[in-house]
Formats: sequence, C-alpha cells, structure tokens
Amino acid sequence: MSLFQARDISVRFGGIRAVDAVSFDVHQGEVFSIIGPNGAGKTTIFNLISRIYSATSGKLIFEGEEFTRTPAWRIAGLGIARTFQNIELFPNATLLQNLLIGRHCHSRVGFIAELGFLPSVRKAELHHREKVEDVIAFLGLERYRDSLIANLPYGVRKVVELGRALCIEPKLLLLDEPSSGLNVEETEGMGFWIEDIKKDLGITVIMVEHDMSLVNQVSDRVMALNYGKVIAMGTPRAVQSHPEVVKAYLGGEVDA
Amino acid sequence: MRHLFRTRYQQDIALWRHNGDRFWYALLALIVLLAPAVLGEFYIGELGAVFIFAIAGVGLMLLVGYTGLISLGHAAFLGIGAYTNAVLLAQGVPFLVTLPIAGLFTALCGAAIGRPTLRMSGLYLAIATLAFGSIVGTVFQKWTAVTGGFDGFAVPTPYVFGMSIEGATGIYYVSLAVLVLVLLVAANLLRSPTGRALVAIRDSEVSAQSMGIHLARYKTLAFAISAGMTGLAGALFAHYVRYLAPDAFDVLLSVQFVTIVFVGGLGSLRGAVLGAMFVRLLPQFIAVVRDSLPFGIGRLPGLEPSLFGLTLVLVILFQPGGLNGMWLKTKQWFQAFPFKRQASFRRQKSYARSERLR
Ligand SMILES: Nc1ncnc2c1ncn2[C@@H]1O[C@H](COP(=O)(O)OP(=O)(O)O)[C@@H](O)[C@H]1O
Ligand SMILES: [Mg+2]
Repeated sequence: MSLFQARDISVRFGGIRAVDAVSFDVHQGEVFSIIGPNGAGKTTIFNLISRIYSATSGKLIFEGEEFTRTPAWRIAGLGIARTFQNIELFPNATLLQNLLIGRHCHSRVGFIAELGFLPSVRKAELHHREKVEDVIAFLGLERYRDSLIANLPYGVRKVVELGRALCIEPKLLLLDEPSSGLNVEETEGMGFWIEDIKKDLGITVIMVEHDMSLVNQVSDRVMALNYGKVIAMGTPRAVQSHPEVVKAYLGGEVDA
Repeated sequence: MRHLFRTRYQQDIALWRHNGDRFWYALLALIVLLAPAVLGEFYIGELGAVFIFAIAGVGLMLLVGYTGLISLGHAAFLGIGAYTNAVLLAQGVPFLVTLPIAGLFTALCGAAIGRPTLRMSGLYLAIATLAFGSIVGTVFQKWTAVTGGFDGFAVPTPYVFGMSIEGATGIYYVSLAVLVLVLLVAANLLRSPTGRALVAIRDSEVSAQSMGIHLARYKTLAFAISAGMTGLAGALFAHYVRYLAPDAFDVLLSVQFVTIVFVGGLGSLRGAVLGAMFVRLLPQFIAVVRDSLPFGIGRLPGLEPSLFGLTLVLVILFQPGGLNGMWLKTKQWFQAFPFKRQASFRRQKSYARSERLR
C-alpha cells in the first residue's frame, strides 16, 4: 500500500493554477523525486502537504487517513517532516536548541511540571537530548553543537535543517532542493545522507531537486511537473528522456 | 577563555554551569539579604522598586525578547495587578491569597488580549496593545466604585504569617522573594519545550508550525505568562506606592517597561534585571545632577522621558545586546585578559528578528 497519496490536488493563486489536478502515490521506503523548471509548482506541493496552503480541491492521504484539512501544526505529529528551499532555521538559537525544537511533537510534559522543572521534565529532556545526539552523530555536526545558527556557513545550515527534520523521527521526509547553494562535495555528501536515511533509517523521502546527477543517484521514481501539471512519471532515466520534459527544460511551449 | 568540559547531558540543562557562577550568585544573594541592615529606609525602598520593575521586566522579556511580540500596554497589566490586590485586601482577603490571585487574574487578562491579536505583529501589535493600555487606564479612572477614581485608593497594609509588612523593608523582602521565584520559573520554562517553542515562534513562525508548534496556543500562553508576572509586580507596586492613582499606569510607564527589555538586552533574563536597575536609577541620577547641569537643562520639563527615549534609540543603534551584551563582552575581556579580542568590541550590526519589530 502507498504511504502517501495525492488525489487530484489543485491550488490557485489569483489567476494562476500553481498546482493543477496533481495525483501521485509514494510507496513505503522509496525516494520519490519531483523535478521541473522554476515556478512549476514543486514547492507549492510541499506547502500543500505541510498544510501551510490549503488545496482548492483534491485529497491528501497519509497511511490511509485523509489529512486535507488537518491544521498545519499537527502535520509533524502525523510523522511528516520537511526542509525549506531557503533554509528556515531558528537563527538566534544554537544548533542544539534548533534540533531540540525538532523534538517538540514528541514532548508530553505538562506546563505546570515545566514551571518547576520537575523530575519528569528533566527525564524527558535527557531523553530528547539523547535522540538529538544520535542525529548530531549521524550527520557529523558535533563541532557546531553550541554555535548560533546565524554564525554557521550556508552548507552547514543546510545539514542542520536536515537534522532538525530527522529529530521529528518522521515516516515521510520532504526535502525541498537539498543541494541548492551547496558545492559539488557538499552535494555528494547530501546524496549519501539521503541514501542512508532511506536504507538505515527506513524513512520514505519526497525530494524536489534540480541537480540531475543527485536525482539519478538517489531516486527510485521521478515525477516531472510543468505549469502545475504532471507531465511525466517513472524511472529517472525514462522521465529525463521524455519528450515533454526535454521540451519543458529547453523552454519550449508545452501544449495544454 | 574558559572552556567547559562536559561529560553529562545534565550539565547543559543545569541552571548554573560552573561552580564560579554559584559562588558569585550566592555572594549576591547574601548582599541583597543583608542590605536592609546597612542601607537606610529610602534606599531600601528604591532597591525594592528595582526588584518590582525587574519582575515586570522578566515578564515583558518573555514576550518581547523570547517570543518576538511587542507590547506597549504592560502598564495596564501592572495596574490590573495593583488594583486587584488592593481591592481584595480591602475586602479582608489575606495578602498571601491576593498576591497569587492578582497574578492569575492579570494572566487571564493577558490571554484575553493575546487571543484577538494573534495575527498581529510589529507595529500593528504595538498599536493594538497601546490602545488596550489606554482603555484600561480609562476604566481605572471611570470605574470609581471599585478604584475610587481620581480620589485614589489607599492600599491596606499586608500581613504575612501575622506579621504586618508596613515599612520599606517588608516589601523589599517580599519583592525579592517574588523576583527570585519569577526568575526561577522563567529559567525553567526556557529550558523546557515551552520556552523553546517561544524562541521558535520568534525566529520563524512558518517553521515553528512545521515542527508541530501550535502558534495560537503558544502566543496566547506567552501573553498570559508575561501579563501574569507583570500582575504580580503590580500587586507589589501597590504597596510600594501605598496610594493608587489611576493615571500612574499610563503609556510612559509602558515605555519604561519596553526600555527595560531593550536596554537590558533582548533575549536575556539577566538583561531584564539590569534593565530594571537602569530604568529605576536613571531618574535618581537625574535628580542628583539636575541642579548642577549648565544652561538650565536641569529645569527643562520632560527631561526624564527624553533621556529614556534617547537611551532607547542609542542602545538599539549601537549596542543591540544591551547591558547584558556589554556585561558578557567585559567578562570575556577579563577571561581572555592578555589577549585582546578586537572583534568583540566592534559595533554590532546584526539584529535579531525580534529587534527589528516585524
Ligand atoms: N503564496 C503565493 N501567492 C501567489 N503565488 C504563489 C504563491 N506561492 C507560489 N506561487 C506561485 O505558484 C507558482 C509555483 O511556485 P513554486 O511552487 O514556488 O515553484 P517551484 O516549482 O519553483 O518550487 C509560481 O508561479 C509562484 O509565483
Ligand atoms: Mg521551489
């Protein structure tokens, strides 16, 4: 069964249909990539899934349950984590604090207990810290643990954002252009992490990406989007040689 | 430089990181506990007022410095706390009951103002809270049946465990105890999920939401906690002034509170205390030097508010870290001593988002 399904989802902003009747299934344990030229509607799909935007029509289904109208703050609790195209970390907090905020949806302590920092809170904090340290070790972020995000280089921040999403312990991870702004080496590292996330952590990934070599390296299936519409879906090779996709990337007009 | 060698995660959630800290804070505690034995009644009264303002400062710091929401209406919360306390005392309710009720009731009022302003930030929120403040001020003036209006309200003497705390010293110790409690609660919150949620909202609402943080709930909570602490300060303030006048809780007082958090240093509890010291001591300082100022500057009306405004602007422009930032830099300088760290003292140009007042 599919872990995630989008059924004919659409959203319009004023006159434009940013996402137009898009349907796709993501299977448990795969890396599913979304490609397409700028403005194709890729990020908008992520914003629909994380419920920052509401779909004008269509359905979103996760583990067999519809969540088209679930409030945005509940999405992490369902087990869906994401990163942002233009890094959205908490810049005036340390790396450690950023990752701990990723644990928020797992926090069960009461407000009154927090006021007194009761033993239950202390115990929960230590448990969160252990989980966070696992992620820090996984991504090799030890040396930046106490740095303010604002003082970290872009490449590191990109990894921190991935780490923060992993702290949610998601079943489904949405990565919006994980390699943008990274140099060749860093992109390669990102590729290995995505493979590890799939193989070792067993997390299903939906990735929006422009770097075709990264897409080829990690993806099981690819969906190509243009003007908010699906123009091709299948193996990475097949999608890249699809005539519509070639046309879209060469900037040719696509017949509606 | 001091480097901390950590061997357990416990160390990162401890309130005090080194034994050195513990020593200095113990010394400070001893000094403030013994101060009434040394200082005269007037100075103890003023120091008590510093504590009261620091309590409100910690409350506003949680809202402005940690959640990134501004309020220009905190004088109203101080007033609500003050009147609640005084009115209940006059009904014969004991002080140890009226004090927490004043805090809780003001917290409720805070939640009530937090709720409708959820979608506002920056200038809009500033104006909404300013309006709230002036509405409450008008209520204090017009609701004469309860507040006594401009006739004022004589605050009954509080009793703690049968002892009357009439003089400045009594209020001094009660305020000190409440300040310590408020600081402890704030520090506990900040090392718990709730405190981190507030910081997350301050830095990025959209990603806070994706981390599972319910924006409406936490913003309302921040307003409630902030108002509640300010209400506690108000209850004590009533005893400091002894006679409540409805026009004491005006915009200028709200601006003083905002000055506390900005001059003290956004995002630091120590800053709230330092800021309160500044705000209470500046008028005293002006009073002392007033007569010796040249060109009759000392006799100009509005000298005090102008100086508050001027410092606020200067701090925002040149020292975004506020007094707390200066303190940290000086400490660093001593720790690094023979080595100078030029960069630490260079003018800071990066502002936290909360400092830009979205
Ligand atoms: N909040 C919004 N308001 C108006 N238009 C939007 C909004 N978000 C996205 N769009 C439009 O939707 C289209 C798709 O954008 P996006 O999903 O960001 O593209 P990309 O595939 O490059 O990630 C673009 O034309 C963009 O201008
Ligand atoms: Mg995009």
